[in-house]
Amino acid sequence: MVRTVSLGEQILGANDEIALANRTALNRAGVLAINLMASPGAGKTSLILSTVAALRAEYRIAGVDGDLATSIDADRVAAMGVPAVQINTGGACHLDAAMMRCALEQLDLAVLDLLIVENVGNLVCPSGFRLGVHRNVLIASVPEGADKPYKYPVMYLGADAVVLNKVDVLDAFDFDMAYFRHGVEALNPGLAFFPVSCKTGVGMEAWRDWVRQQVTAFRQAEGAGYELR
Amino acid sequence: MHELAVTQRILEIALRHADGASRITKLNLIVGDLTGILSESVQFYWDIITRETRAEGSTLCVSRVPTRLRCGDCGHEFAPDGRTFDCPNCGGRRVIIMTGREFRLESIEVQ
Repeated sequence: MVRTVSLGEQILGANDEIALANRTALNRAGVLAINLMASPGAGKTSLILSTVAALRAEYRIAGVDGDLATSIDADRVAAMGVPAVQINTGGACHLDAAMMRCALEQLDLAVLDLLIVENVGNLVCPSGFRLGVHRNVLIASVPEGADKPYKYPVMYLGADAVVLNKVDVLDAFDFDMAYFRHGVEALNPGLAFFPVSCKTGVGMEAWRDWVRQQVTAFRQAEGAGYELR
Repeated sequence: MHELAVTQRILEIALRHADGASRITKLNLIVGDLTGILSESVQFYWDIITRETRAEGSTLCVSRVPTRLRCGDCGHEFAPDGRTFDCPNCGGRRVIIMTGREFRLESIEVQ
């Protein structure tokens, strides 16, 4: 006899449960976690290195780097003298909450203020898997073109801030800034937007101020009131 | 792009809820177009990973949910044209996603 079992179960519900536990651990330790997402080559590692260099005197920072293979990125962050954990996803196209938990277990959260997570370079998959961080930042770059918010709306939808990197080469590309900003803001009215160049340093102070504001707000709220990201 | 990982989750959920049943014959999935999940790819992995499980030979029935947006200015509901998110009614540029992000296992049929 055939019978139907009603479920209505979210397929990524188990991931979300682990993400929630990760965030609880971060809150308990008073660590703000920021997840950086971007396509390959947009400048995730460059932004991290520059941010760490500028803020390491103010905050105790650590990095988590997700990559398919190799520890090139984590090595570069570790070379700055801050704790860095490499997660090799073994071919998986995104970090998930269980990988994040594994990384958190390798860090002494009690001695940290700020954790910067570098997700796998990909504009599709990372949006589907919450990690348990507090803030999602999307890094776009000028050479990618201005249509990405329209092509990858879900990535942009979950972002708290968008960094547009490589503005030093704007003159060499037909990048329609108004079209890009309309796409970003249609999905996230009032979203923080930072046109920067990691190479020349232009715009970076505004970005760093945003990070400072996030740490301050996180401490005041003691980790409460954040949407699960 | 991550269909193998999510297809494994689907099988785990289905097996967890198939207590006492000898076979899972059908699964009803709800998948929004914005998830980027390809039905054909899920089906491909499904046929492989269900071998020698109680779900072997089962039918995956995928209901796609199209993307619908609502204009934050005038409230008009529309499907995006693929090029912009502008409201076709008033030209508004603030939108709320109404549907398209669904991704759940609605029910299974067992015997």
